[in-house]
Amino acid sequence: MYGSTNLTEQDAKRMSDTSAEDPQKLAEFEDRIARGEKIEPDDWMPAEYRRQLIRMIEQHAHSEIVGALPEGTWITRAPNFRRKLALIAKVQDEIGHGQLLYSAAETLGKTREQMLDDLLNGRSKYSNIFNYPAKTWADIAVIGFLVDGAAIVNQVINSKGSYGPYCRALERICYEESFHLKQGHDNFVYLATGTKQQREMLQDAINRWYRPLLHFFGPPDHLSAHSEKLMKWKVKLASNDDMRNQFLDQYVPKILELGLTLPDPNLRKNADGRWEFSDPDWEEFKRVINGDGPCNKERLAVRRYAELAGRWVREALMKPNDTYKVPLA
Amino acid sequence: MQNALKELILQMADDALVLGHRNSEWTGIGPMLEEDLAFSSMAQDKIGHALALYTILHEHMGEPDPDKLGFMRKEEEYRCCQFVELPIGEYDFTLARHFLYDHAELIRYEMLVNCPFEPLAQMARKVRGELKYHVLHADTFLRELARGTEESKARMQAAIRYAWPYALGMFEITDADAQLAAAGAYAGEKERRSRWLSTVSSIINDAGLQVPEPDEAKAIYGGRKGYHSEYLKPLLDEMTEVVRLDPTAEW
Repeated sequence: MYGSTNLTEQDAKRMSDTSAEDPQKLAEFEDRIARGEKIEPDDWMPAEYRRQLIRMIEQHAHSEIVGALPEGTWITRAPNFRRKLALIAKVQDEIGHGQLLYSAAETLGKTREQMLDDLLNGRSKYSNIFNYPAKTWADIAVIGFLVDGAAIVNQVINSKGSYGPYCRALERICYEESFHLKQGHDNFVYLATGTKQQREMLQDAINRWYRPLLHFFGPPDHLSAHSEKLMKWKVKLASNDDMRNQFLDQYVPKILELGLTLPDPNLRKNADGRWEFSDPDWEEFKRVINGDGPCNKERLAVRRYAELAGRWVREALMKPNDTYKVPLA
Repeated sequence: MQNALKELILQMADDALVLGHRNSEWTGIGPMLEEDLAFSSMAQDKIGHALALYTILHEHMGEPDPDKLGFMRKEEEYRCCQFVELPIGEYDFTLARHFLYDHAELIRYEMLVNCPFEPLAQMARKVRGELKYHVLHADTFLRELARGTEESKARMQAAIRYAWPYALGMFEITDADAQLAAAGAYAGEKERRSRWLSTVSSIINDAGLQVPEPDEAKAIYGGRKGYHSEYLKPLLDEMTEVVRLDPTAEW
């Protein structure tokens, strides 16, 4: 998921303890959220609400700019003008989403520089899926259609949350993502209905992305640390399993109807309308999140290069008398 | 005259395609997100201009379709100057090239707004408006970095010096030049160079940097006649990596 609401056990414990907060203010805050009001940057909010939102929005922002890397390397290789122009615009949008989300997180009191530092020193994460390589042009079709499709499921749900600046950023992002999905789908269909070689490329890419896509929404509910508070505060709005099910419901039929297959003999919809699938290896998910995936090092190395190589530019643009201003949200 | 015009349009299209390719390489690695976005926008404009120019060649001058023209020619058939072929290097070189190239590009379109070949004149009138923003971006950053820190000033001065002979190479004269001037279609590279030199010199001076000598003997020519730097072939190989898997397939 882009903005993860998964908690560690320790986080979940901290969340449940609001004894340090003013009980009256807390009650008013929770009433406002229950009435469907949005919380704005200058409003009172519990410390844990602020902390969790920063973590989530920051992670989402990182996912956008790191996510631009695997696709970005295919801009120069896109096979014709139409695909090239679409891909470049799409990847540019992702960077723009990053910019928008860093601004939303900044309204909560953490600067973009601090967030980028934390990305590089490993203190904050980004979506696990971008630690997998985009090996062929067909991967671009799968990312544009299925990874973006999964991201939309997550983002549409999060846009109904309680923090105003994040919701507004997400609404705009979802609007743009729906165009990305169209270009991804178009590319996907061209390959699926193309030559034997094109179909084989696409099938191979689907086979490789199937598990990372199941991982995308986070561990199954029975393995996740749970917090009633996050739900009550409308920071988390749907469970991982529900989001994953929604994604499979929307996309599995679209893949199968093109005559493609999914590499899981146990994938099926049961009588209750829930999708069942083989264990996608949650140990691998943990390993990759903790830095041991196929591309973790490469992704961070590229970001580190950008930070270091660009430092002289940022320093030169800094005015000695400028003071830091929190962006408007 | 038809062939001379074709030659000019091909030079313009190939310049735009190759520099657009280079600019797009900044996606994800700019010195700040805002510059990622800027170079990505300019890359889209340039690749879009290349497409529009190849489309003119295809629709009005009997050349193959834009995808074939853009992607499927041999290296020696490209007519871009060597300046646009150079790798992006660091941001200082990219910015120096952006500044020196885009002023020359804007002047070329301005010189074509009254071209008797209407499709090109029409495009020039439209593109001129877009390029004003490219130039505005380049001028702003050049000025800011020239006045920033010791390091940024030194870097920009060095980058302009390094880029200069290549930039002079943009104005390489071919046989088409005199024909187009005689026909009143395009006043030619000598005229463009002189306008460019006066524009960029005054901005460089204003920013507190030195303008290198416009020594013609040092200009790096060749591109307009199909003699390219060592960097074009790998760029084209990369650009066509996917389509070459099966050029007859629909992508």
